[in-house]
This record gives sequence, C-alpha cells and structure tokens, in this order.
Amino acid sequence: MTVKEFADRFGLKPLSLPEPDREVQGGYCGDLLSWVMGRAGADAVWITIMSNVNTVAVASLSDVSCVVLAEGVTLEDGLIRTAEEKGVNVLTSDKPAFTLASEFGGAV
Amino acid sequence: MSEFLNFHYDVDGENFVSAGQASVELKKVLRRLGFPPETIRRLSIAMYEGEINMVIHAGGGAADVDIYEDKIVIRLIDHGPGIADIDLAMQEGYSTATDSVRSLGFGAGMGLPNMKRYTDEMRIDSTVGEGTTITMTVFITK
Ligand SMILES: Nc1ncnc2c1ncn2[C@@H]1O[C@H](COP(=O)(O)OP(=O)(O)O)[C@@H](O)[C@H]1O
Ligand SMILES: [Mg+2]
Repeated sequence: MTVKEFADRFGLKPLSLPEPDREVQGGYCGDLLSWVMGRAGADAVWITIMSNVNTVAVASLSDVSCVVLAEGVTLEDGLIRTAEEKGVNVLTSDKPAFTLASEFGGAV
Repeated sequence: MSEFLNFHYDVDGENFVSAGQASVELKKVLRRLGFPPETIRRLSIAMYEGEINMVIHAGGGAADVDIYEDKIVIRLIDHGPGIADIDLAMQEGYSTATDSVRSLGFGAGMGLPNMKRYTDEMRIDSTVGEGTTITMTVFITK
C-alpha cells in the first residue's frame, strides 16, 4: 500500500505529502526520538504526538514512510515547508495513538 | 584503498533547533554517491545521535567523515566536559539530559546504544575536562 492509499483508507489528513507513492511497511509508536531511531524500520508508519523540527529530522534520517500525528496534533506552517523540502510525508488524525495503531494493525 | 573523500562539518552548540544539519548533509552526500539505503539509514541515525549529543552535552563540536570504497568512518570531536564513566553512559536509559531537552523528545539515554547498534565498530576516547572523540565505522558489503 502506498502512503496516499494508506491516508485515504484510514481517513488521515495529509499535512505534507511530497512522496505519495512510497510503500508503507510496518509501524512504530512513540514520542522519544532515540527509541524511534532504534526501533522503527525503514518504510514504517510512525505514530506520535511529538511535533517539532526534530520530528521531521528523525523521520527523514530514519527513512520512515510517513509520520502520523495523533490526537489532532499538527505541524506549524514553517515545519510543513521543511517536511515538504526534506521529502517527509506527514499525516494527522484526531484519534489517539492507541486507536490508530489498532486500526492500522494487520493492514501495514 | 587509499582514495577517499573527506567531509568536515561544524556542529553549532548554541542552536539546538537546527541540530541535525550535518546529518542531513551527510545523507545527501551518501545518496549522491549511490550507497545502499540501509547503509545510509544506519549512518544517518548514528551521525544524528552523535551530533545531538555534541549539542546537548558538549556545547558543540565537529564531525569528520571519510568515505572509502569499502567503509565509511565518522569522527565526532568535541571539547566538552568529557564522559567520566563510559560503561555507564553506554547503558540503555542512562541520561544526564535536562528536562528542557527531554521535552523535545531527546534524553532517552538511547543515543550511544543506537550509535553502537547501527555501526560495525565504535570507539569512545574521552578525558574529563578535555573532551570526547567518538570514532564509528561502517563497512560496505557489496
Ligand atoms: N559528547 C558527549 N560529551 C559529554 N557527555 C556525553 C557525550 N555524549 C554522551 N554523553 C553522556 O552520556 C550519556 C548518555 O548518552 P546517550 O546514550 O546519547 O543518551 P542521552 O543523550 O539521551 O542522554 C549522556 O546523558 C551524557 O551524560
Ligand atoms: Mg544522546
């Protein structure tokens, strides 16, 4: 499944979608950046409520397929541009991380 | 193999928000040179953790990256406080990071362990009051 298909299927709102055709594979949930870098695999969906410039950097360097911001968390405008420039897909949802993970489970 | 490329990056100790610039630059260079994605991922994360450590624990520093055909060597050099007990610092979860650093998502005490996990060799030379040099090597398997 591509990130675009994934966003459509689960009703996630794209904030930055520079790489819509990237494949989604597996996932990781967490807000502590070193845990994410140590545990999330390449192409993973990363669910978090941490939204700052470091989130975008970690997503890029860890090569995850997209960040899903839970609980209605968004990215400030400047960071949306940074994410687009760095090729980082960022989606958002009003649902909590637990709900999102249980919905995605099995699908990615 | 004597031919190699060298890249030097200064890591600004004042600017925590822009920390990661050297890692992003390195990632671009490695992509341009056509290294495998997983090699790039490992090096990018190891470099980023090292860069963040220099910013949050050592007031900045410098990174030298030597790119050979069969290996990549990253040297992180700072003149910060040094690490008194390296075995302790290497333990998962050990951190002296401040609350403000933690509120940004860092300070989980997993940085040095990640650097070790994602590289083939890692060596820490540190003297209290003088600084720290960390050398990490990743071998390129064809
Ligand atoms: N370059 C450095 N200079 C001085 N101390 C360091 C340096 N890098 C790491 N440390 C020490 O080692 C500890 C563990 O580092 P690390 O595993 O990266 O965790 P964290 O950065 O989350 O605290 C740090 O909290 C700090 O006390
Ligand atoms: Mg660290």
